[in-house]
Amino acid sequence: MPTVQISLVREHTAALQPPRALWVPFMLGRPLGAPDDPAFQKRVLLAALQLLERAQGPVLEDFPEDAPQSTEVVEDDAAACPVSFTVQRSDATLPETVIDEIGQLQMWHELAVRRRGRTAVGVTGTPLSELVRFLGATIEGRDAARYRVDLSACDALRLACEDLKSFYFEARAAQPGGHASDAIRDWFWQETAAARLLRELQAALENNDDPLVQDFAANYLIPRQARDRDPA
Amino acid sequence: MVRLADLPEWEREHLLGKIPALPKFATRPWVAGGPLSRRRVALITTAGLHRRSDRAFTVDTRNDYRVIPGDVEAADIAMSQFSVNFDRSGFQCDVNVVFPIDRLRELAQASVIGSVADFHYSFMGAGSAVTRYEPKARELAGLLKQDGVDAVLLTPV
Repeated sequence: MPTVQISLVREHTAALQPPRALWVPFMLGRPLGAPDDPAFQKRVLLAALQLLERAQGPVLEDFPEDAPQSTEVVEDDAAACPVSFTVQRSDATLPETVIDEIGQLQMWHELAVRRRGRTAVGVTGTPLSELVRFLGATIEGRDAARYRVDLSACDALRLACEDLKSFYFEARAAQPGGHASDAIRDWFWQETAAARLLRELQAALENNDDPLVQDFAANYLIPRQARDRDPA
Repeated sequence: MVRLADLPEWEREHLLGKIPALPKFATRPWVAGGPLSRRRVALITTAGLHRRSDRAFTVDTRNDYRVIPGDVEAADIAMSQFSVNFDRSGFQCDVNVVFPIDRLRELAQASVIGSVADFHYSFMGAGSAVTRYEPKARELAGLLKQDGVDAVLLTPV
Protein backbone atom coordinates (compact mmCIF):
# COMPACT_ATOMS: atom_id res chain seq x y z
CA MET A 1 0.00 0.00 0.00
CA PRO A 2 1.60 3.27 -1.08
CA THR A 3 1.86 5.63 1.83
CA VAL A 4 3.04 9.13 2.56
CA GLN A 5 3.10 10.76 5.96
CA ILE A 6 3.21 14.20 7.42
CA SER A 7 5.96 14.49 10.01
CA LEU A 8 5.91 16.91 12.94
CA VAL A 9 9.18 15.80 14.53
CA ARG A 10 11.78 15.47 11.79
CA GLU A 11 14.28 13.61 13.95
CA HIS A 12 11.79 10.82 14.61
CA THR A 13 11.01 10.44 10.92
CA ALA A 14 14.69 10.44 9.98
CA ALA A 15 15.24 7.61 12.43
CA LEU A 16 12.26 5.53 11.24
CA GLN A 17 12.81 6.09 7.49
CA PRO A 18 9.26 5.57 6.20
CA PRO A 19 8.83 5.40 2.41
CA ARG A 20 7.68 9.00 1.98
CA ALA A 21 7.39 11.84 4.48
CA LEU A 22 6.86 15.57 4.43
CA TRP A 23 8.26 17.30 7.50
CA VAL A 24 6.28 20.38 8.44
CA PRO A 25 7.51 23.14 10.77
CA PHE A 26 4.21 23.39 12.64
CA MET A 27 3.32 23.05 16.30
CA LEU A 28 2.24 19.70 17.66
CA GLY A 29 -1.49 19.37 17.11
CA ARG A 30 -1.52 21.15 13.76
CA PRO A 31 -0.12 18.85 11.06
CA LEU A 32 -1.87 20.85 8.35
CA GLY A 33 -0.56 24.13 9.69
CA ALA A 34 -3.37 26.52 10.48
CA PRO A 35 -7.09 26.24 11.23
CA ASP A 36 -9.56 28.03 8.97
CA ASP A 37 -6.95 28.48 6.24
CA PRO A 38 -8.05 26.15 3.44
CA ALA A 39 -5.54 27.52 0.93
CA PHE A 40 -2.61 26.87 3.25
CA GLN A 41 -3.90 23.45 4.28
CA LYS A 42 -4.30 22.53 0.63
CA ARG A 43 -0.71 23.48 -0.12
CA VAL A 44 0.49 21.24 2.69
CA LEU A 45 -1.79 18.39 1.61
CA LEU A 46 -0.71 18.65 -2.00
CA ALA A 47 2.98 18.81 -1.12
CA ALA A 48 2.57 15.56 0.83
CA LEU A 49 0.46 13.75 -1.77
CA GLN A 50 2.82 14.67 -4.60
CA LEU A 51 5.54 12.63 -2.93
CA LEU A 52 3.51 9.56 -3.96
CA GLU A 53 4.71 10.13 -7.51
CA ARG A 54 8.39 9.83 -6.61
CA ALA A 55 10.13 6.94 -8.34
CA GLN A 56 12.21 5.79 -5.41
CA GLY A 57 12.76 6.39 -1.75
CA PRO A 58 12.88 6.78 1.16
CA VAL A 59 11.90 10.38 0.70
CA LEU A 60 11.98 12.99 3.46
CA GLU A 61 11.23 16.49 2.29
CA ASP A 62 10.73 19.73 4.21
CA PHE A 63 7.68 21.92 3.68
CA PRO A 64 9.13 25.37 3.00
CA GLU A 65 6.56 27.60 4.69
CA ASP A 66 5.89 28.36 8.33
CA ALA A 67 2.27 28.32 9.44
CA PRO A 68 0.63 31.72 9.20
CA GLN A 69 0.09 33.48 12.50
CA SER A 70 -3.47 32.81 13.56
CA THR A 71 -5.70 35.46 15.00
CA GLU A 72 -9.18 35.02 16.31
CA VAL A 73 -11.78 36.63 14.08
CA VAL A 74 -13.89 39.15 15.99
CA GLU A 75 -17.38 39.19 14.60
CA ASP A 76 -20.01 41.84 15.05
CA ASP A 77 -22.17 39.75 17.31
CA ALA A 78 -19.43 39.28 19.95
CA ALA A 79 -19.86 41.11 23.23
CA ALA A 80 -17.61 44.10 23.68
CA CYS A 81 -15.96 43.18 26.94
CA PRO A 82 -13.92 40.06 27.64
CA VAL A 83 -15.00 38.09 30.67
CA SER A 84 -13.07 38.34 33.84
CA PHE A 85 -14.49 36.04 36.40
CA THR A 86 -16.59 37.73 39.04
CA VAL A 87 -15.60 37.15 42.61
CA GLN A 88 -16.94 33.86 43.88
CA ARG A 89 -18.54 33.42 47.29
CA SER A 90 -15.79 33.08 49.84
CA ASP A 91 -17.42 29.94 51.22
CA ALA A 92 -17.78 28.22 47.86
CA THR A 93 -15.99 24.91 47.39
CA LEU A 94 -13.63 24.54 44.47
CA PRO A 95 -16.13 22.41 42.46
CA GLU A 96 -18.82 25.02 43.13
CA THR A 97 -16.44 27.72 41.95
CA VAL A 98 -15.74 25.79 38.76
CA ILE A 99 -19.44 25.29 38.09
CA ASP A 100 -19.97 28.99 38.58
CA GLU A 101 -17.06 29.72 36.25
CA ILE A 102 -18.63 27.45 33.62
CA GLY A 103 -21.83 29.40 33.95
CA GLN A 104 -19.97 32.63 33.27
CA LEU A 105 -18.37 31.16 30.17
CA GLN A 106 -21.51 29.52 28.84
CA MET A 107 -22.47 32.41 26.57
CA TRP A 108 -19.00 32.45 25.02
CA HIS A 109 -19.09 28.73 24.44
CA GLU A 110 -22.47 28.97 22.75
CA LEU A 111 -21.02 31.68 20.53
CA ALA A 112 -18.06 29.44 19.66
CA VAL A 113 -20.37 26.58 18.72
CA ARG A 114 -22.56 28.87 16.65
CA ARG A 115 -19.58 30.24 14.75
CA ARG A 116 -17.87 26.94 14.15
CA GLY A 117 -20.91 24.73 13.74
CA ARG A 118 -19.38 22.13 16.04
CA THR A 119 -17.74 21.53 19.38
CA ALA A 120 -15.15 19.13 20.75
CA VAL A 121 -17.11 18.94 24.01
CA GLY A 122 -19.19 15.82 24.49
CA VAL A 123 -16.91 12.77 24.46
CA THR A 124 -18.41 11.86 27.84
CA GLY A 125 -22.01 12.53 26.85
CA THR A 126 -22.43 13.97 30.34
CA PRO A 127 -23.24 17.51 31.57
CA LEU A 128 -20.19 19.43 32.74
CA SER A 129 -21.65 20.08 36.19
CA GLU A 130 -21.92 16.34 36.77
CA LEU A 131 -18.34 15.87 35.59
CA VAL A 132 -17.10 18.58 37.95
CA ARG A 133 -18.91 16.98 40.89
CA PHE A 134 -17.39 13.62 39.94
CA LEU A 135 -13.89 15.11 39.88
CA GLY A 136 -14.51 16.92 43.14
CA ALA A 137 -15.66 13.77 44.86
CA THR A 138 -12.59 11.96 43.56
CA ILE A 139 -10.32 14.64 45.00
CA GLU A 140 -12.00 14.31 48.38
CA GLY A 141 -11.54 10.56 48.33
CA ARG A 142 -15.26 10.01 48.45
CA ASP A 143 -16.61 7.00 46.65
CA ALA A 144 -17.49 8.82 43.44
CA ALA A 145 -19.99 6.92 41.32
CA ARG A 146 -18.81 7.00 37.76
CA TYR A 147 -21.02 9.01 35.44
CA ARG A 148 -20.85 6.10 32.98
CA VAL A 149 -20.67 2.47 34.04
CA ASP A 150 -19.02 1.41 30.76
CA LEU A 151 -15.84 3.37 31.54
CA SER A 152 -12.94 2.31 33.74
CA ALA A 153 -11.91 4.65 36.55
CA CYS A 154 -8.95 5.88 34.52
CA ASP A 155 -10.97 6.52 31.36
CA ALA A 156 -13.81 8.21 33.27
CA LEU A 157 -11.35 10.63 34.84
CA ARG A 158 -9.47 11.30 31.62
CA LEU A 159 -12.51 11.92 29.46
CA ALA A 160 -14.12 14.12 32.12
CA CYS A 161 -11.00 16.29 32.15
CA GLU A 162 -11.04 16.43 28.36
CA ASP A 163 -14.61 17.70 28.14
CA LEU A 164 -13.91 20.28 30.83
CA LYS A 165 -10.81 21.60 29.09
CA SER A 166 -12.46 21.62 25.66
CA PHE A 167 -15.28 23.77 27.01
CA TYR A 168 -12.91 26.32 28.50
CA PHE A 169 -10.64 26.47 25.46
CA GLU A 170 -13.53 26.90 23.05
CA ALA A 171 -15.17 29.56 25.20
CA ARG A 172 -11.95 31.50 25.53
CA ALA A 173 -11.31 31.37 21.79
CA ALA A 174 -14.71 33.01 21.19
CA GLN A 175 -13.87 36.04 23.31
CA PRO A 176 -12.66 39.13 21.48
CA GLY A 177 -8.97 39.91 21.54
CA GLY A 178 -7.36 37.36 19.28
CA HIS A 179 -6.23 34.38 21.31
CA ALA A 180 -3.28 32.39 20.06
CA SER A 181 -3.06 28.80 21.19
CA ASP A 182 -0.40 29.42 23.81
CA ALA A 183 -2.36 32.38 25.23
CA ILE A 184 -5.44 30.19 25.65
CA ARG A 185 -3.36 27.46 27.25
CA ASP A 186 -1.70 29.88 29.67
CA TRP A 187 -5.00 31.53 30.54
CA PHE A 188 -6.54 28.18 31.41
CA TRP A 189 -3.68 26.82 33.48
CA GLN A 190 -2.83 30.13 35.20
CA GLU A 191 -6.16 31.82 35.78
CA THR A 192 -9.05 29.38 36.06
CA ALA A 193 -10.56 27.51 38.95
CA ALA A 194 -10.92 24.53 36.61
CA ALA A 195 -7.14 24.29 36.33
CA ARG A 196 -6.83 24.44 40.13
CA LEU A 197 -9.31 21.58 40.28
CA LEU A 198 -7.22 19.52 37.86
CA ARG A 199 -4.02 20.22 39.79
CA GLU A 200 -5.72 19.09 43.01
CA LEU A 201 -6.95 16.02 41.17
CA GLN A 202 -3.40 15.19 40.12
CA ALA A 203 -2.16 15.50 43.69
CA ALA A 204 -5.01 13.34 44.96
CA LEU A 205 -4.32 10.58 42.43
CA GLU A 206 -0.54 10.40 42.79
CA ASN A 207 -0.65 7.37 45.05
CA ASN A 208 -3.86 5.81 43.79
CA ASP A 209 -4.17 2.05 44.15
CA ASP A 210 -4.91 1.67 40.45
CA PRO A 211 -1.65 1.89 38.43
CA LEU A 212 -3.59 3.06 35.38
CA VAL A 213 -5.05 5.95 37.38
CA GLN A 214 -1.55 6.76 38.66
CA ASP A 215 -0.24 6.73 35.09
CA PHE A 216 -3.07 9.01 33.98
CA ALA A 217 -2.32 11.48 36.77
CA ALA A 218 1.40 11.45 36.09
CA ASN A 219 1.36 11.60 32.30
CA TYR A 220 -2.04 12.39 30.79
CA LEU A 221 -3.58 15.07 33.00
CA ILE A 222 -1.43 18.20 33.00
CA PRO A 223 0.68 19.15 29.95
CA ARG A 224 4.42 19.34 30.53
CA GLN A 225 4.40 23.05 29.69
CA ALA A 226 1.81 23.76 32.37
CA ARG A 227 3.56 21.67 35.00
CA ASP A 228 6.59 23.87 34.86
CA ARG A 229 4.68 27.01 35.68
CA ASP A 230 2.97 27.71 38.98
CA PRO A 231 -0.46 29.37 38.81
CA ALA A 232 -0.54 33.13 39.24
CA MET B 1 6.65 25.23 15.25
CA VAL B 2 8.34 21.88 15.98
CA ARG B 3 11.86 22.65 15.09
CA LEU B 4 13.49 21.07 18.08
CA ALA B 5 16.00 23.88 18.28
CA ASP B 6 13.11 26.27 18.97
CA LEU B 7 11.67 24.27 21.85
CA PRO B 8 12.59 24.60 25.53
CA GLU B 9 15.47 22.31 26.40
CA TRP B 10 13.31 20.01 28.57
CA GLU B 11 10.84 19.53 25.67
CA ARG B 12 13.65 18.96 23.17
CA GLU B 13 15.30 16.40 25.42
CA HIS B 14 11.98 14.64 25.96
CA LEU B 15 11.37 14.25 22.23
CA LEU B 16 14.94 13.24 21.42
CA GLY B 17 14.80 10.73 24.25
CA LYS B 18 12.20 8.73 22.33
CA ILE B 19 14.53 7.97 19.43
CA PRO B 20 16.49 5.06 20.96
CA ALA B 21 13.24 3.18 21.57
CA LEU B 22 12.02 3.54 17.99
CA PRO B 23 11.97 0.25 16.07
CA LYS B 24 14.51 -0.54 13.41
CA PHE B 25 12.96 -2.19 10.39
CA ALA B 26 14.82 -4.87 8.48
CA THR B 27 13.24 -3.95 5.15
CA ARG B 28 12.36 -0.77 3.31
CA PRO B 29 9.25 -1.68 1.31
CA TRP B 30 8.47 0.61 -1.58
CA VAL B 31 5.17 0.53 -3.42
CA ALA B 32 4.86 2.72 -6.49
CA GLY B 33 1.66 3.72 -8.27
CA GLY B 34 0.16 5.73 -11.05
CA PRO B 35 -0.28 9.46 -11.31
CA LEU B 36 -1.87 11.25 -8.38
CA SER B 37 -4.83 12.21 -10.55
CA ARG B 38 -5.89 8.54 -10.67
CA ARG B 39 -5.20 7.64 -7.01
CA ARG B 40 -7.88 6.73 -4.51
CA VAL B 41 -6.76 8.33 -1.27
CA ALA B 42 -7.52 7.43 2.34
CA LEU B 43 -6.58 9.31 5.49
CA ILE B 44 -5.19 7.54 8.53
CA THR B 45 -4.53 9.63 11.62
CA THR B 46 -3.07 8.93 15.05
CA ALA B 47 -5.07 11.77 16.60
CA GLY B 48 -7.56 9.55 18.37
CA LEU B 49 -10.53 10.66 16.26
CA HIS B 50 -13.91 8.98 15.92
CA ARG B 51 -17.48 9.78 15.12
CA ARG B 52 -19.29 11.32 18.05
CA SER B 53 -21.57 8.29 18.26
CA ASP B 54 -18.64 5.86 18.27
CA ARG B 55 -16.71 4.63 21.31
CA ALA B 56 -14.02 6.90 22.67
CA PHE B 57 -10.51 5.46 22.80
CA THR B 58 -9.94 3.87 26.19
CA VAL B 59 -7.08 2.10 27.92
CA ASP B 60 -8.39 -1.24 26.63
CA THR B 61 -8.70 -0.01 23.04
CA ARG B 62 -5.63 2.18 22.80
CA ASN B 63 -4.02 0.06 20.07
CA ASP B 64 -7.18 -0.33 18.04
CA TYR B 65 -8.56 1.91 15.31
CA ARG B 66 -11.84 3.62 14.60
CA VAL B 67 -13.58 3.83 11.24
CA ILE B 68 -14.48 7.25 9.88
CA PRO B 69 -16.87 7.06 6.93
CA GLY B 70 -15.85 9.04 3.88
CA ASP B 71 -19.06 11.08 3.93
CA VAL B 72 -18.57 12.18 7.53
CA GLU B 73 -19.43 15.76 8.43
CA ALA B 74 -16.65 17.61 10.24
CA ALA B 75 -19.04 18.40 13.08
CA ASP B 76 -19.43 14.68 13.70
CA ILE B 77 -15.73 14.09 14.44
CA ALA B 78 -14.63 13.92 18.08
CA MET B 79 -11.19 13.41 19.66
CA SER B 80 -10.29 11.21 22.62
CA GLN B 81 -6.51 11.27 22.26
CA PHE B 82 -4.68 10.44 25.52
CA SER B 83 -1.77 12.85 25.18
CA VAL B 84 -2.20 16.37 26.55
CA ASN B 85 1.09 17.64 25.14
CA PHE B 86 -0.13 19.21 21.94
CA ASP B 87 -2.31 22.12 20.93
CA ARG B 88 -5.99 21.25 20.69
CA SER B 89 -7.32 24.69 19.95
CA GLY B 90 -6.60 24.18 16.24
CA PHE B 91 -8.73 21.02 16.11
CA GLN B 92 -11.45 22.69 18.16
CA CYS B 93 -11.53 25.45 15.59
CA ASP B 94 -11.20 23.39 12.41
CA VAL B 95 -11.09 19.61 12.03
CA ASN B 96 -9.12 19.95 8.81
CA VAL B 97 -5.99 21.16 10.59
CA VAL B 98 -5.72 17.59 11.93
CA PHE B 99 -7.88 15.54 9.57
CA PRO B 100 -8.07 17.27 6.15
CA ILE B 101 -11.21 15.52 4.92
CA ASP B 102 -12.72 18.64 3.33
CA ARG B 103 -9.44 19.51 1.63
CA LEU B 104 -9.21 15.99 0.25
CA ARG B 105 -12.74 16.22 -1.13
CA GLU B 106 -11.85 19.52 -2.80
CA LEU B 107 -8.81 17.96 -4.46
CA ALA B 108 -11.01 15.16 -5.78
CA GLN B 109 -13.57 17.63 -7.12
CA ALA B 110 -10.76 19.42 -8.91
CA SER B 111 -9.48 16.08 -10.29
CA VAL B 112 -6.11 16.59 -8.62
CA ILE B 113 -6.62 13.18 -7.05
CA GLY B 114 -8.72 10.38 -8.50
CA SER B 115 -11.14 9.87 -5.64
CA VAL B 116 -11.61 9.87 -1.88
CA ALA B 117 -11.84 6.51 -0.13
CA ASP B 118 -15.17 5.38 1.27
CA PHE B 119 -13.55 4.85 4.68
CA HIS B 120 -10.79 6.51 6.67
CA TYR B 121 -9.28 5.46 9.96
CA SER B 122 -7.90 6.75 13.21
CA PHE B 123 -5.50 5.23 15.67
CA MET B 124 -4.72 6.77 19.06
CA GLY B 125 -0.99 7.31 18.95
CA ALA B 126 0.04 7.79 22.57
CA GLY B 127 1.48 5.60 25.26
CA SER B 128 2.17 2.50 23.20
CA ALA B 129 5.27 1.31 21.40
CA VAL B 130 5.00 1.69 17.63
CA THR B 131 5.10 -2.07 17.09
CA ARG B 132 1.95 -2.58 19.19
CA TYR B 133 -0.11 -1.27 16.30
CA GLU B 134 1.12 -3.82 13.79
CA PRO B 135 -1.71 -6.40 14.09
CA LYS B 136 -4.40 -3.79 13.61
CA ALA B 137 -2.39 -2.03 10.91
CA ARG B 138 -2.23 -5.27 8.93
CA GLU B 139 -5.96 -5.77 9.37
CA LEU B 140 -6.55 -2.26 8.18
CA ALA B 141 -4.38 -2.76 5.09
CA GLY B 142 -6.80 -5.46 3.98
CA LEU B 143 -9.75 -3.11 4.42
CA LEU B 144 -8.01 -0.42 2.40
CA LYS B 145 -7.48 -2.83 -0.47
CA GLN B 146 -11.13 -3.84 -0.36
CA ASP B 147 -11.94 -0.12 -0.68
CA GLY B 148 -9.73 0.15 -3.78
CA VAL B 149 -7.35 2.54 -2.01
CA ASP B 150 -3.95 2.98 -3.62
CA ALA B 151 -2.65 5.95 -1.63
CA VAL B 152 -2.71 6.58 2.09
CA LEU B 153 -1.87 9.84 3.84
CA LEU B 154 -0.76 9.26 7.42
CA THR B 155 -1.15 12.27 9.70
CA PRO B 156 0.15 12.74 13.24
CA VAL B 157 -1.09 15.19 15.85
